Amino acid sequence: MLNPDTLKADFPLLGRTVRGGKPLVYLDSGATAQKPQPVIDAELAFYAQSNAAVHRGAHQLAEEATEAYELARAAVANFVGAAEDEIVWTKNATEALNLVAHGFLNASLAASAKTTGGGPASTVVSDAAQQRYRLQAGDEIVVSEAEHHANLVPWQQLAAKTGATLRWIGLTDEGRLDPETYSVIGPRTRILAITHASNVTGAITDVAELVRRARDVGAYVVLDACQTAAHMPVDLHALDVDFAAFSAHKMVGPTGVGALFGKRELLEDLPPFLTGGSMVEVVTMESTSFMPPPQRFEAGTQMVAQVVGFRAAVEYLSALGMDQVAAHEAEMAQLMIDGIADVPGVRLLGPQDSADRLAVVAFEVESVHPHDVGQVLDSLGVAVRVGHHCAQPIHRRLGVHASARASAGVYTTAADVEAFIAGLHEVRRFFGFAESAAPAARGGV
Amino acid sequence: MADAMEQLYQQVILDHARARQGEGELAEYGGESFQLNPTCGDQVTLRVQLDEDRETIQALGWTGQGCSISQASLSVMYELVIEQKVTRAAELGEHFRELMAARGQELDPARLEALDDASAFTGVARYPARIKCALLGWMALRDALAQAQVGA
Repeated sequence: MLNPDTLKADFPLLGRTVRGGKPLVYLDSGATAQKPQPVIDAELAFYAQSNAAVHRGAHQLAEEATEAYELARAAVANFVGAAEDEIVWTKNATEALNLVAHGFLNASLAASAKTTGGGPASTVVSDAAQQRYRLQAGDEIVVSEAEHHANLVPWQQLAAKTGATLRWIGLTDEGRLDPETYSVIGPRTRILAITHASNVTGAITDVAELVRRARDVGAYVVLDACQTAAHMPVDLHALDVDFAAFSAHKMVGPTGVGALFGKRELLEDLPPFLTGGSMVEVVTMESTSFMPPPQRFEAGTQMVAQVVGFRAAVEYLSALGMDQVAAHEAEMAQLMIDGIADVPGVRLLGPQDSADRLAVVAFEVESVHPHDVGQVLDSLGVAVRVGHHCAQPIHRRLGVHASARASAGVYTTAADVEAFIAGLHEVRRFFGFAESAAPAARGGV
Repeated sequence: MADAMEQLYQQVILDHARARQGEGELAEYGGESFQLNPTCGDQVTLRVQLDEDRETIQALGWTGQGCSISQASLSVMYELVIEQKVTRAAELGEHFRELMAARGQELDPARLEALDDASAFTGVARYPARIKCALLGWMALRDALAQAQVGA
């Protein structure tokens, strides 16, 4: 059984104090996770021993670096139930989602250049790509109202540039995807881009049902797996999505590296996003042929040390066991939900129960702005996120401008949650909402 | 914790956040500014009306939402600049920006005195993430005044 108390010792940063000697209670893993020593060591060891550019050079270091880089690809692929050649390194999940959106855009531009008499673009995008990925007026892209901006804005942009229409799945009052609005997925839908779990409410999406509907109409499914990959077992082949994006830094891995998953045959046809060195075969002054995936999508010098750290991260999580991680975090979710329910004037946003959700809780404190909530919690050493968490539409839908959010990780303990709940009581007290006989220190704000 | 938080949330800030001065929509105005803090979504729409010579702030009204720091700062600013010369408002704005850049150090006594209630925001400058909150209203004022001075 996963023991977060002993596991905490693996994460050096969690041992530090903040704000004048307060032990750190880190409840912002949804934004970015802290890193265990093996991840830090892996990056260090790479720089100290094997640093070299990959896929070029014949010296021993280049060989070692290339091997480390590709072994990491295999490890990460295995971690998410994908094949090695279906994983593309990106700088983060945002870039991965943009990579797919720009693949569609480049295919669409090439196809329309050809019909209007041919342009330079048509020479670099294959016919297969144009056929498969071309979007035009009348086509539809479907997202949901729960998306992080990273899985909304690129599709908004793609729609605007191609003439396609953006539609979306709505939310219930609890903040879950509303099955009654699944019917926006229709015969014109070409892309369904959907989050695996909301980064605000923690609600987990019924991916199987949405994939079934997308298959019925021949749409591609793009999954934003950022919030889930570190917190529950994720098997992309079993989910049968076409593309997926996730980021190392949320998975106890380094910043600066994320990954795009794409089914092999789909990556084969996808036009490149960034172009330049390392992703080409033959370059003349007039034209260029591109390498097969995944190299086609890895232009320029890569973040090799971070890729190596990413491998160490998925190995760390695998050793814990993702089933164990999910079970532990479900417990933390329940503690947070129950704890919040006991604080007067604090409202949990999103689902009120722990079914099909991650240990992510967004909440509002009556008459106290989230920024002020976060400030007082911070003064107690409790780190939470405040603001709109890069997801404005879901906040609007839930009737708030912003929220505070606590999110757990593998290292979160029951004591952390207790400190957080005690902090919420202090927030109330500080801003003048007395709960006991003790006189209010201040007037309400 | 209590000390640090009480230094940040001075009583005058909490009072202004609760009883906000100048809040409301101005029907007649010569300049208007909308300001947004994109990291947290705090926002304000501020309108000003100058006198005929365009030298004095005759009326000022603001609507918006945000944290206690941003709301209190708008309220305090209203009291400082209402019926004041535009040049005086600009000067106070500069003092306040200077205070925010001072990382919690106090300004010279003359300036602090000029800032009056706004000097209570000294502690805000120790929290880099909150400086934008305190400046939101002052940015809106500067923008709205510029428009009111060039407007038809």
